[in-house]
Amino acid sequence: MTSADQSDHIVKAYDDEFSRLRKMFSQMSGLAESQLDGALRAVARRDEELAAAVRNKDQEIDDLETEIDALVVRMLALRQPVANDLRFIVAMLRMSADIERMGDYAKNIAKRVHALAQLPVSSSNPVTRSVSTLGRLVQAMLKDVFDACTDEDLKKAVAVWEADQEVDALYTSIFRELLTYMMEDPRFITAGTHLLFIAKNLERIGDHATNIAETLHYRVDGKRLGDSRPKDDDTSVMVVGGPEDGPPGAA
Amino acid sequence: MAVTESETQAAAASPEPKPAKMRGRGVCVYYGDKQALFDVDIDVVEKQVTSLIGPSGCGKSTFLRCLNRMNDVIDTCSVTGSITLDTGDIYDKSVDVVQLRARVGMVFQKPNPFPKSIFENVAYGPRIHGLAKDKTDLDRIVESSLRRASIWEEVKDRLDQPGTGLSGGQQQRLCIARAIAVEPEVILMDEPCSALDPIATAKIEELIHELRENFTIAIVTHSMQQAARVSQKTAFFHLGNLIEYGETEELFTNPKHEKTQGYITGRFG
Repeated sequence: MTSADQSDHIVKAYDDEFSRLRKMFSQMSGLAESQLDGALRAVARRDEELAAAVRNKDQEIDDLETEIDALVVRMLALRQPVANDLRFIVAMLRMSADIERMGDYAKNIAKRVHALAQLPVSSSNPVTRSVSTLGRLVQAMLKDVFDACTDEDLKKAVAVWEADQEVDALYTSIFRELLTYMMEDPRFITAGTHLLFIAKNLERIGDHATNIAETLHYRVDGKRLGDSRPKDDDTSVMVVGGPEDGPPGAA
Repeated sequence: MAVTESETQAAAASPEPKPAKMRGRGVCVYYGDKQALFDVDIDVVEKQVTSLIGPSGCGKSTFLRCLNRMNDVIDTCSVTGSITLDTGDIYDKSVDVVQLRARVGMVFQKPNPFPKSIFENVAYGPRIHGLAKDKTDLDRIVESSLRRASIWEEVKDRLDQPGTGLSGGQQQRLCIARAIAVEPEVILMDEPCSALDPIATAKIEELIHELRENFTIAIVTHSMQQAARVSQKTAFFHLGNLIEYGETEELFTNPKHEKTQGYITGRFG
């Protein structure tokens, strides 16, 4: 049984609560997209003013999550939702938690702009270039997963779910690339470390986008996507260089 | 992934499916010319609670009453199709309706104790069915029935007082004690809580949960939350048709049929 929409209840006030949920969710997802966009632009241009704006705006996402949380608890207590209504409400709770985390990661990316100021601003810089490629990939995932939510488009949701593999693969290659640069030139270690964290944050945002895709699948179809999602991140066991390079920091 | 899913479902469905205690097949009920039930197939599973839900006039009570032939008392009512208890057809000519109703007991919407003492209310059934050897045995049956109906502690010091003097919730539990005193195999409940406050309702629901250990239960309820709370299987009726029947949890989280979803989520026009 798919869920068409949450209208047409005999009790109209119930419908109104669903529209409020939908509205807050689209505000929240819109904010998350623009926060990520702002953070990535601030990184690309080393724009500290824009970065500060992104950091301040995160509060709005947090506030919306709190509001969605309160409305969900209220609806569970007072309406005892079942079937597609229940799945929709529970999905809102989960998705808003995912978006809130995305917002935190965007904020964290923005925080690192200051530390990157020493790097020259140039789109041809190979180091920042792959990180911005990763950024664009994750941005596309966000847009697609939120579109999928609006249209209840499960095909699109599954595509997002699968696209995360690409993000993982790119993150892994960035990890390798940055480690190599840092070994070649210790002056790059500060910037390199911050770029690593930025890449990690982007990779995490991608994970939350896949969570949302999974939740959407449950919301619409009542069934979970399997646990078989292909993963391509093996940075946790990665070592670059051999013992002949000496212990880290020996130079 | 599709393979894994169907395998899981097959695995979940196949291991020791509980046997059906009562089985309705192609059940149609007519009140005169008017058909009230259309071709209903249901299994009432042994030692589980099956709840029947649906809007007023959907046929759920009619079906419940078929299960112990309560519809026999309505002259214009006729039943076709088959309903079996274990393997025997309960509409077979050889069936003694009184014996059938001892095996398939019933609790009604409005508590209806006899205008007799609490003791006599419970002792009546075992006495007419000859279940007690002597007075001591009868005392034992009455006490254990009242205990199993969770009302013993409240009435043990006033067994000689009229059952009608109890509160509504107590009367309903007395009626349940009366129903189980004859050791039925199936208990039918027709909206047993609709006249009770939430605390009395909770006590009955707790009792239903305990009775499931020993009895097969079918319950008609207007409260979907109650169906969700007490039953393992739920059947949704609409306009005399069985629309959907399945695991209660599944039906309330992911119903298969649009009509079921419309009804349980409060969208019925």
